[in-house]
Amino acid sequence: MTQWTDIQADLASQGYVAPPDLAMALHLSLVLGRPLLLEGAAGVGKTEVARALAMAKGCDLIRLQCYEGLDAAQAIYEWNYQRQLLAIRAAGDGHTDEAQLFSEPYLLERPLLRAIRQPVAPVLLIDEIDRADEEFEAYLLEILSDFQITIPEMGTITAVTRPMVILTANGTRDLSDALRRRCLYAHVDYPDRATELAILQARCPGVSAALGGQIVAFVQSLRHEDLEKKPGVAEMLDFAAALAGLGIADLSSDPVVLQAALATLLKTQSDRASITTEVAQRLAGKAA
Amino acid sequence: MKPTRFAARDDGPVARVAGFMAHLRLHGFRLGVGEADLALRALAVTRPEVESVRAALKTVSCGSAEDWARFDGLFDAYWRNGGRVRAKAVPQAPHAAASPAARGAEGASGGGRGRPDTPDGDGGEAESGSDGRLIASTIRSLMKKDLRDVVSAEDIAAAERVAHKLGAALRDRRSRRAKAARRGAKIDLRRTLRASLSTGGEPLRLARKRRPDRPVRIAALVDVSGSMTLYARPFLAFLAGLMRADGQSGAYLFHTRLVRITEALRDDDLFRALNRITLLADGFGGGSRIGAALSQFAATYARRFVNGRTVVLILSDGYDTEPAEALGASIARLARRGCRIIWLNPLKGWRDYAPVAAGMAAALPHLSLFASAATLDDLAALEPEFARL
Repeated sequence: MTQWTDIQADLASQGYVAPPDLAMALHLSLVLGRPLLLEGAAGVGKTEVARALAMAKGCDLIRLQCYEGLDAAQAIYEWNYQRQLLAIRAAGDGHTDEAQLFSEPYLLERPLLRAIRQPVAPVLLIDEIDRADEEFEAYLLEILSDFQITIPEMGTITAVTRPMVILTANGTRDLSDALRRRCLYAHVDYPDRATELAILQARCPGVSAALGGQIVAFVQSLRHEDLEKKPGVAEMLDFAAALAGLGIADLSSDPVVLQAALATLLKTQSDRASITTEVAQRLAGKAA
Repeated sequence: MKPTRFAARDDGPVARVAGFMAHLRLHGFRLGVGEADLALRALAVTRPEVESVRAALKTVSCGSAEDWARFDGLFDAYWRNGGRVRAKAVPQAPHAAASPAARGAEGASGGGRGRPDTPDGDGGEAESGSDGRLIASTIRSLMKKDLRDVVSAEDIAAAERVAHKLGAALRDRRSRRAKAARRGAKIDLRRTLRASLSTGGEPLRLARKRRPDRPVRIAALVDVSGSMTLYARPFLAFLAGLMRADGQSGAYLFHTRLVRITEALRDDDLFRALNRITLLADGFGGGSRIGAALSQFAATYARRFVNGRTVVLILSDGYDTEPAEALGASIARLARRGCRIIWLNPLKGWRDYAPVAAGMAAALPHLSLFASAATLDDLAALEPEFARL
């Protein structure tokens, strides 16, 4: 019987450090065949989980990025109208076979349809589901419960394999209870200091242990400041890469360079303004 | 939050898991039979260690960030005897061991069904419940006002109608999803092509689609500080009505702090709903810190519930005990979420009123609508204004 620690190890081999809660949620989601809903602030590595999982399992990652106004034509399937028009013209004088016109060659697969027709079960990532609207959520529920899609002209397509479904949300909109109940749930938080250090070492092995510790401490304390957009893990990695690229060995050594490197962490005008050189130096001093 | 206690006898693991699910449900988790079944299946593939079991049950039973944060405490309370175990069950009455604990927990979360357990009276020394539910007197000492004295069921029924109308007036006209329509700006290729088959591939009839209107969500914040006590009645009724009329809206009270009362107001039982709010809103009629409350709103709930399709409705007189900058800044921050902000001020109806309360003046540039409303009728009269937004 596989255990959640196995999946944790698998993910670690792909450079993803998963806390026990998350590893357990992924494990159960795989074993029980339930979709997993990941919630958390932007930049805590929700999307990355799916990528790492696909790599670890050696399967495809099929990604559906949600946005407001996303509809069935973009998410599930669409007919290839140009080809159909050409086919009608080519046949000429009204002898077009309708059944043939609405068949496989004229069908454009979109992520959801593609995901259920793979010979090897892929990881299906439905990213930022809260950006899509309620109507789409309802449609998604239907697909996630029986893994089949009905195309009026062709009939029902049943899943060849069941994809492992991961949904992510960061609270743009409150999701419906029906969707929440269908899914297992895990809340992904900003990593604690030890975990973040492990992530940094896994992703940027070039950064020295001393500098790595400073970077993590600095970013962690920065998250406690009153910022509009708190720096996520990806930003932290960018920051580390920037410092390494600039050849910095100690965070508080050069205020000007540190201030410049903050561009990788602070992404709004007011955040930049609120972290002045003095504040940055104070945080860096504490981190050292 | 009181832990549920076990009866001394044990009905086996299945009953215990079911009991745990009931325990979570009692504390506001939305769980059904399906989840209990899923929990058992999850436990079957989990190593029997405390932390594994905790993580497994957590991922199965939680549905939101709040659940996630509260789960560990509830888990400990149930499984690890965070509460005391009642040592012996009375053999004559099989349910005796469970029921006092259950009743206590119900009272504490304000979820007791049946007769509400806070007594009537005007917040003074009314006679307490007859059957010795100690919880009632505890509640009374904590609060200043019982909201059931302030709002009646008839008020709410009337408010529901008003809320319905206002909700319908607030329509969003920017939906991006196109729907098939007889007249519309865009051509619906799929249907056009389909129709063209009957005319030998010539698209003679053009099918069209257009963007339909969509309802917006309302987040209503009501000031229940001392200076607003007079208006609390219509406004609270309006909130209750709004929550009943529209499943998408959110309701909040603020005085010196901010309380989300959406879920409490949606309670099927009206009296229980008011009872729950009474518990949530202690400090009712106290001072007001509008700036702080709004900035807390902008930093927490607004992130989840407010977007470009939301109308934030603030019902307050704008008298703040804090510097005006705080209010201005928090309104500005809220406005950045792309929502429209409507401020209804009961004082604006007064002759010669000018928004001199410094906070009010600071907020003014960010408001889509600044109007007067002191009664339910006033709110109803705002319908055309809302429709124009």
